[in-house]
Amino acid sequence: MVLLTMMAAVVVGIVRLRNLFAVVILSSIYSFLMASVLIVLDAVDVAMTEAAVGAGVSTVLMLAALYLTKTEEAAPRHSPILPMFVAVVIGAALVYGSMDMPPFGAADSPLNTNEGIGYLERSIPETGVPNVVSAVLASYRGYDTLGETVVVFTAGIGVLLLLRRNRRGKAKE
Amino acid sequence: MRLDVVLRVVTKLLLPFIIVFGFYVQFHGELGPGGGFQAGVIIGACVILYAIMFGLENAMRVLSVTAVEKMISLGVLLYLGTGFAGMVMGGEFLNYSVLEHDPVHGQHLGITLIELGVLITVAGTMIAIFYAFAGRGR
Amino acid sequence: MSDYFTSVIDHYTQWVTIFLMVAGLYVVVARGNMIKKLVGLSVFQTSVYLLYISPGKILGATPPILSEDFTVYSNPLPHVLILTAIVVGVATLALGLGLVVRINEAFGTVEEEEIFEKGDRG
Repeated sequence: MVLLTMMAAVVVGIVRLRNLFAVVILSSIYSFLMASVLIVLDAVDVAMTEAAVGAGVSTVLMLAALYLTKTEEAAPRHSPILPMFVAVVIGAALVYGSMDMPPFGAADSPLNTNEGIGYLERSIPETGVPNVVSAVLASYRGYDTLGETVVVFTAGIGVLLLLRRNRRGKAKE
Repeated sequence: MRLDVVLRVVTKLLLPFIIVFGFYVQFHGELGPGGGFQAGVIIGACVILYAIMFGLENAMRVLSVTAVEKMISLGVLLYLGTGFAGMVMGGEFLNYSVLEHDPVHGQHLGITLIELGVLITVAGTMIAIFYAFAGRGR
Repeated sequence: MSDYFTSVIDHYTQWVTIFLMVAGLYVVVARGNMIKKLVGLSVFQTSVYLLYISPGKILGATPPILSEDFTVYSNPLPHVLILTAIVVGVATLALGLGLVVRINEAFGTVEEEEIFEKGDRG
């Protein structure tokens, strides 16, 4: 719970600061705190991925983009009252909706009694893999993982198309 | 005495351990936390660290741009190949149980192959994106 | 009064998730600098990961890696979905940053209002 409050404080900093370099470093701290919260919530695979991706690669890419553009944000020209009002209204509506959700850590909510728990019993007899998350990713939902790999492939091709510069004199192929 | 001596020495000491840890996470993904994506990002971050500390030209000499581009496609091909191998052996697409004499071994083989494919694609994409961003500013 | 207090404890995770989501949305809508919008978008995506994983935790359970010593495990299904979501999020961020760099080279700035002015003039 302390971690969650720290995360909220970091996000307030991200919103208010105008020096973009500080914003990028704060977002890296935010990813690291999110990874810690995920470990407390028993999601170890997700925490490892979030730490590696959020606090690692994502920060490097944002710093590289900052190096190629400028690092200070201009002062806002329109008054922020309307977006702030919309944001507060949406937040209040969501809080009202969240009062009906099951309390933290319940074992009998609909999420925890249907299919997900079934994977825990089926994993070792059918695949022989103790890490249930890997078994579900690679075998029970392998088609989704294929889609995800293709998305990563597409992003790589897209960035190469946008940002590669052929300055070589001789012909490439 | 350059200002980054400490960083260079520590990087030189740490890089082999980071690579070994990345492969450990990959191959132990079945027994503990880990798997293809985490290992791919760790190995990609290792090469990016080398490029940051020792210069982009040195990193491109170790792992050239064409090699990285081929890595991206090779991973997806490996994944699809495992899926089609399941079809060739008699089951549906991406059915690993028919790849070996016994379903549990088939699942092991299938899962290992696709995690390897995911590792190659994710590492290649991270390195290629970094090369593209860093090469633009020169 | 203690009734109110238990409901705060039960729903605290969800309230922080809503705050993060709304803050990310505010940054995307209200700030003009494109890189800051992308940071806000990634904050928004991260709050959605919290939204999915926190109901999956069962009090007194362990991470979903089967072993002989434990009997109660947390639900593994949200973990799988969020793993995919994280990787897709970083792919989107990389593409967005590539676009921002090209916009900067074409227009000379990454502020939204200056780009609109240049578009009106040109």
